[in-house]
Amino acid sequence: MPLITTQAEEENDYSLVASLDNVRNFSTILKAIHFREHATCFATKNGIKVTVENAKCVQANAFIQAGIFQEFKVQEESVTFRINLTVLLDCLSIFGSSPMPGILTALRMCYQGYGYPLMLFLEEGGVVTVCKINTQEPEETLDFDFCSTNVTNKIILQSEGLREAFSELDMTSEVLQITMSPDKPYFRLSTFGNAGSSHLDYPKDSDLMESFQCNQTQVNRYKISLLKPSTKALVLSCKVSIRTDNRGFLSLQYMIRNEDGQVCFVEYYCCPDEEVPESES
Amino acid sequence: MKFRAKIVDTACLNHFTRVSNMIAKLAKTCSLRISPDKLNFILSDKVASGGVSMWCELEQENFFSEFQMEGVSAENNEIYLELTSENLSRALKTAQNARTLKIKLTNKHFPCLTVSIELLSASNSSRIVTHDIPIKVIPRKLWRDLQEPTIPAAEVSIYLPLLKTMRSVVEKMKNISNHLIIEANLNGQLNLKIETELVCVTTHFKDLGNPPLDSSQNRDPEQMAEVHIDIRKLQQFLAGQQVNPTKAICNVSDKMVHFDLLHEDVSLQYFISALS
Repeated sequence: MPLITTQAEEENDYSLVASLDNVRNFSTILKAIHFREHATCFATKNGIKVTVENAKCVQANAFIQAGIFQEFKVQEESVTFRINLTVLLDCLSIFGSSPMPGILTALRMCYQGYGYPLMLFLEEGGVVTVCKINTQEPEETLDFDFCSTNVTNKIILQSEGLREAFSELDMTSEVLQITMSPDKPYFRLSTFGNAGSSHLDYPKDSDLMESFQCNQTQVNRYKISLLKPSTKALVLSCKVSIRTDNRGFLSLQYMIRNEDGQVCFVEYYCCPDEEVPESES
Repeated sequence: MKFRAKIVDTACLNHFTRVSNMIAKLAKTCSLRISPDKLNFILSDKVASGGVSMWCELEQENFFSEFQMEGVSAENNEIYLELTSENLSRALKTAQNARTLKIKLTNKHFPCLTVSIELLSASNSSRIVTHDIPIKVIPRKLWRDLQEPTIPAAEVSIYLPLLKTMRSVVEKMKNISNHLIIEANLNGQLNLKIETELVCVTTHFKDLGNPPLDSSQNRDPEQMAEVHIDIRKLQQFLAGQQVNPTKAICNVSDKMVHFDLLHEDVSLQYFISALS
C-alpha cells in the first residue's frame, strides 16, 4: 500500500498514530455512544476515550484501550480534540455498514497535533479510502464525581435480560424510575406513560443477576429521553453494571466483547430528574 | 401501428425481467422504442446541468420467439411509447414461472401495452394473467429528441471496479455531500472524491485497466480527468446495477461522465452531466 508507507516517515512527530486490522473493533464501540453529533476524543498511551454529552445531565464514555490496536503511539501525555462523531462514523464505515464474512477493513488513524485534521486511511480488498476530518477546540467534559466509595447500590446483570425492557420502554413516560433495594422489589424499572404505569421487576436471585449488592432502598427518576440512547450500548454488551450513589446519580457500565473476543467498556452517567421520597415507590 | 411479441424460453423471460427491473430503478418514466430488430429504453433529460440520460438497447431476436411490428408508417417503421417503468417490472413479477409471455399494443379505452402471462399450475392446467400497462404514444415530431446519443469525446476511458464497492462507498459519501468528483487517468486509476468544509474523503481504485482510446496518444497517463456530478444521480445508477455487468467502462470528460455497460447481451449507456 504505497499510499500508507510514505506517511510513515512523517509520522514520527505525530501526536497520535493508531492501526487496526479490523476497523469494526473501533467503530462498533463508537456507535454505542452516538447520540449527539459531536464527541471529545481523549488519548493517552493507555488508549482512547471518546465522550458524548447531552443537556449537561448525561454523559457517555467509550474506552478503547491501547491493546485493541495493532499499533498505538501517543506522543504527548495526552491528546484531546473535538470531532463530528456522525462524520467519523460515516468515514469508518465507508466500505459498508454490514460486515461481509471474511472481509476485513483495515484502519490507520493519524493526528498530527493541535489544529490539524484527523486522518483516516481505510483499506479493503486493495481499495484505499483517505479521510481528512477537521477537528475542533476540545470542550470541558462534565465530571460527574462518581466514585466507588459513595456507591450505595450495585447490581450486575446479564444484558440479554434488560434488552427487551429497554427496547420497549414506554417513551410517552417522561421518566424512567429505577428502584434498587435490599428488600422487595429488589430491582424495578418503572414508567408512567399515557397508557398507565408499568413496572418490571428483577428478583435478586434471578438467573440474570450476576451480582446484587444493595444496602439501602433508593428510588430515582431519570429523564427517559436521556437514557434511551444507552439501549445501543446495551444491545452490544454481554453484561451491564448498574450503580447509584448517595446523590442518586446513575452509572451504567457495559462490557462489550468485540469480534476478536477482546473486551471494551462503555459507561453512561446520568443525574436524577428529581428527588422521589421513598414512601411514593 | 401494431406490435405483438412472445417469449417462450424461461431464461429469456428471466433476463427480460431483470432488464425491466434495472430500468425501473434507473428511470421512473421512460420511452420505449420498438423497431424491427431492437427494443430501446430511453431516458432523455433536457436539464442542462446535472441531469441524466439513458439509452438501453436489446436485440429482439435474443429474447422473443415471435416478434411482429408495424410502425407509424412505411418510411418510419418505428413505434415510440412513453410508460412508467415500474408498471412493466411489476407486471413481469408475475411471470416468474410462466410458460409464455405475450406483449402487444392494444387500445382498451386508452392505449396500452398488454402483457399476458400464461402460468402453469400444479395440475397442469394453465391460467392467464393479464396486465394492461397504460402508455402514451409519442408523436413523430418528438422522435428527434429520443435518438441514439452520439458518444461524446472522452478525456479518459477506464474499466470500472466492482460496482458493489462503488455502491457502498457512494452510499456513505452521500451522507456527507451532494457533490461528488470522479477522477480517472490512463494509468488505470479512478478516484471518487467529496469535499466539504468539515471533511474530505477520497476513495482510490487502481489497476483498473483502460480500454483503447483514440485521443489517448498524447495524454500524460498520470493526468486525471475530472467531472463534478450530483452524487444522488450516481447512487441511483449504481442501485440499478444489482448484477455485475459483463463489461463496464466509464468515460470521463469535464462535461459529463458516460457509463458504457453490457449486461450479457443488453447494452446500457448512461450519461450524467456535470454540475455547472
